[in-house]
Amino acid sequence: MTMRVDLPEETLAGVLAKAFGNRSFLIGFVITLLVAAVALLSFVWTPYDVTRLVIADKALAPAAAHWFGTDHFGRDILSMIMVGARNSIAVALVAVGIGMGVGVPLGAFAAARGGIADEALMRVNDLVFAFPALLSAIMITAIFGPGAVNAIIAIGIFNIPVFARVARAGALAIWPREFILAARAAGKGMTQISVEHILPNIATLLLVQGTIQFALGILAEAGLSYVGLGAQPPMPSWGRMLFDAQTRMVTAPWMAIFPGMAIVVTVLGLNLLGDGIADILDPKSRRRR
Amino acid sequence: MTAYLLKRLIIAASTLVLASMVVFAVMEILPGDPARLMLGFNAGADQVEQLRNQMGLNAPLVPRYLHWAGGLLSLDFGRSYTYSVPVIDLVRERVVVSLPLALIALALSTIIAVPVGVFSASRQGRAGDALAMGAAQLGVAVPNFWFALMLIYLFAVWLRLVPAGGFPGWGAGIWPAVKSLLLPAVALALPQAAILARVARSALIEVLNEDYIRTARAKGLPYRAVLWRHALRNAMIPVLTILGLQFAFLLAGTIIIENVFYLPGLGRLVFQAINQRDLIVVESVVMLLVAAVIIVNLLVDFSYAVVDPRLRGRQ
Repeated sequence: MTMRVDLPEETLAGVLAKAFGNRSFLIGFVITLLVAAVALLSFVWTPYDVTRLVIADKALAPAAAHWFGTDHFGRDILSMIMVGARNSIAVALVAVGIGMGVGVPLGAFAAARGGIADEALMRVNDLVFAFPALLSAIMITAIFGPGAVNAIIAIGIFNIPVFARVARAGALAIWPREFILAARAAGKGMTQISVEHILPNIATLLLVQGTIQFALGILAEAGLSYVGLGAQPPMPSWGRMLFDAQTRMVTAPWMAIFPGMAIVVTVLGLNLLGDGIADILDPKSRRRR
Repeated sequence: MTAYLLKRLIIAASTLVLASMVVFAVMEILPGDPARLMLGFNAGADQVEQLRNQMGLNAPLVPRYLHWAGGLLSLDFGRSYTYSVPVIDLVRERVVVSLPLALIALALSTIIAVPVGVFSASRQGRAGDALAMGAAQLGVAVPNFWFALMLIYLFAVWLRLVPAGGFPGWGAGIWPAVKSLLLPAVALALPQAAILARVARSALIEVLNEDYIRTARAKGLPYRAVLWRHALRNAMIPVLTILGLQFAFLLAGTIIIENVFYLPGLGRLVFQAINQRDLIVVESVVMLLVAAVIIVNLLVDFSYAVVDPRLRGRQ
């Protein structure tokens, strides 16, 4: 996908007006905000205590007392989903941070230097892409053992070449422009130009990619937790809840339905948000979507 | 074209070599002594030492890597620590589940996605397009293992149409075997189909705006002919690229889905091996899957040349 990388020559108010006229953005923004709010709320209040097991209330169907029912230990599913949101967001956010923090400087450097540095980076990219995220997670888990932190590392490593690629492609499009030439003529060095001129111009690209990787990170974390390689109990996580639900599909299907819907809604919200941002900042892309 | 193919081939081969080094290095830094693991903790130190020599574990790093990598080329992965059989035998038993599963899923995904993409692109901006792309947007957000659970609930628990899991083996006949792969394949395929449909649509819309499409229409070709013959063919490159990438996702996806459906494939093998610290099995399966990804992407690169005559002419 090629995208124009100009900073929009509009006022902030203009961009905002466009943002709230964009359906994708609006829906995505509201959903994302809601999920974040629920995660924050879970720090101070949940309907029930997720650490307390009430065996008498085990596997209750959804009802007024427990909107989403209870699990095999009598824990309230809604409360667990709320607390699980924290885990999902934290893992995905840090993984995106790792990907951006390492990938963007690498990509920017490769674009600025070109030549062997560029070629080497692209080959390493190919290499990492050959390891599907889940596979590298399996290898990392085989070394360090399962856990939320190792899940973050595994997803984060997979994010690095993604951001390196986006940053490189974006930067390559900016370097031949006149204002870069002017900056060079003014005696600015490669690093200074990259930070002061290239980076602001590819920020929107990175923002869009960041939203997409955030959504993918939430899916990946759920997958890893589901196979037991992510967050460990008693820490509630959406993937782990689905694992617990698997053997109880006949007797307590709600144990699977609601955590799954939480994942779908969150990922959907982030994807819509990403699409919306891309649309607003680059009207050309709207035709293509 | 030869130059193009040759360059791709060299890149793929070097990526493969680098990947094997990474896998080897990762297994090298793992804690735990395979010889000690095989003999158990009651074995004496001299026994362990003897086995280490026998397994070649005391050789220097580089010869050991060359020996291992050389073995890979002749499909000799070594012996499993826990099963005491050649790893290739374990892999051979499992790959007949995982590979058909991934291929059925890939076929399903393509069969669903390309027509949806064409439909959407040809009705761009209208209600049908909005509906299809809304569904695709939703499909992208659905984790395949959750979708699998919902399918099990619907088709196995509720309607009792298909088994909820397990695999009868190909010896039980083609249909029972395929039937037990059906739900897993659908679960794997649908989220991928959603992504593919979006890519196919945007690639087609891009092509439909080209001048030669207008020319084809102007000379009186019916819209359908232009759409399916001229436009789709030119939109194939991005579609093929995504298909190649999706194969990697599907292979990795089978690892999780096999666990949902209790299918005795490579994914189950890997998880059992991790739990039993049977690292040579983990190492071999990872290497195999990585090789599969690299080779499929190479094939995709080659298929560009078939689809796009412009690449064929290029020297």
